[in-house]
Amino acid sequence: MSARVLVGVKRVIDYAVKIRVRPDHTGVVTDGVKHSMNPFCEIAVEEAVRLKEKKLVKEIVAVSCGPQQVQETIRTALAMGADRGIHVEVSGKDYDALGPLQVSKIMAALAKKEEADLIILGKQAIDDDCNQTGQMTAALLDWPQGTFASELTLEGGMLKVVREIDGGLETIKIKMPAVVTADLRLNTPRYATLPNIMKAKKKKIANVKPADLGVDVTSRLEVLKVDEPPQRQAGVKVETVEDLVVKLKEAGRI
Amino acid sequence: MANPLRAEVVQLYKTLLFLGREYPKGADYFRDRLRAAFAKNKDVRDPEKIKELISRGEFVVKELEALYYLRKYRALKKRYYETE
Repeated sequence: MSARVLVGVKRVIDYAVKIRVRPDHTGVVTDGVKHSMNPFCEIAVEEAVRLKEKKLVKEIVAVSCGPQQVQETIRTALAMGADRGIHVEVSGKDYDALGPLQVSKIMAALAKKEEADLIILGKQAIDDDCNQTGQMTAALLDWPQGTFASELTLEGGMLKVVREIDGGLETIKIKMPAVVTADLRLNTPRYATLPNIMKAKKKKIANVKPADLGVDVTSRLEVLKVDEPPQRQAGVKVETVEDLVVKLKEAGRI
Repeated sequence: MANPLRAEVVQLYKTLLFLGREYPKGADYFRDRLRAAFAKNKDVRDPEKIKELISRGEFVVKELEALYYLRKYRALKKRYYETE
């Protein structure tokens, strides 16, 4: 099979880090904070690598949008088994305002340019929790989508996707080319070992600008304020039902 | 020094050091214990024994990878999925 897979990976604050809001409430503290690949993106890369190991796809291209530092994330994807990387350079204010709409436009343009047959993305990023990029990319390309995938199989020229939805599991069959977004139970991502990281240094990462792809990254959204969630109040214990009624009346609840 | 095995031991040490960076109790905690563990066995000369220690080290590598994976999986499951 000569299929080419495009995998989007996002550099986010590491999942184990305690997030702090900036004093000026314009965002969260990112300077000096540990960053790593979005966990759902790791699952997406792993799925692409497994497809390649089964010889169902020929080439995996890892894509990331952002400043210089996202190259680390692309290198991790290369160490996990991707063949080459594409770094879409977006920095400064453009990067702060970069959201699913802009990324999906970039992914769509790249998919056409690289003649990709399959795009695998993480279902959402753990920093913005948008859960939109995959869906928007599919819409822009007019490709079918298999989102929240917990199982992916290739049957002929069709993709069988088992989706994890609220009611349980839904199995769909979609034609390629398609967009798939990875859910938690799709697979267990491999650890990028030291020898693989060394080998990945030889793989190429191409540099592109959004303008080269004809994409305008201006955002139509403006972040007004970022706040911490309200502190949980301690609960109050009461002795009798009468006390409970009194307390509820005091609080104006009844 | 058992020459061919020396390279394997050094690579095992480097792999463990690399993995230890993400250790929940801290990279320093891990590194101190790693050095102590390797220093304790530095006078072993028998190739069989060395191979056994290397495979023990590789077992620890697998344990660490499993630990990291489970931590991440459980954290994400708790954050994103309704607990029944």
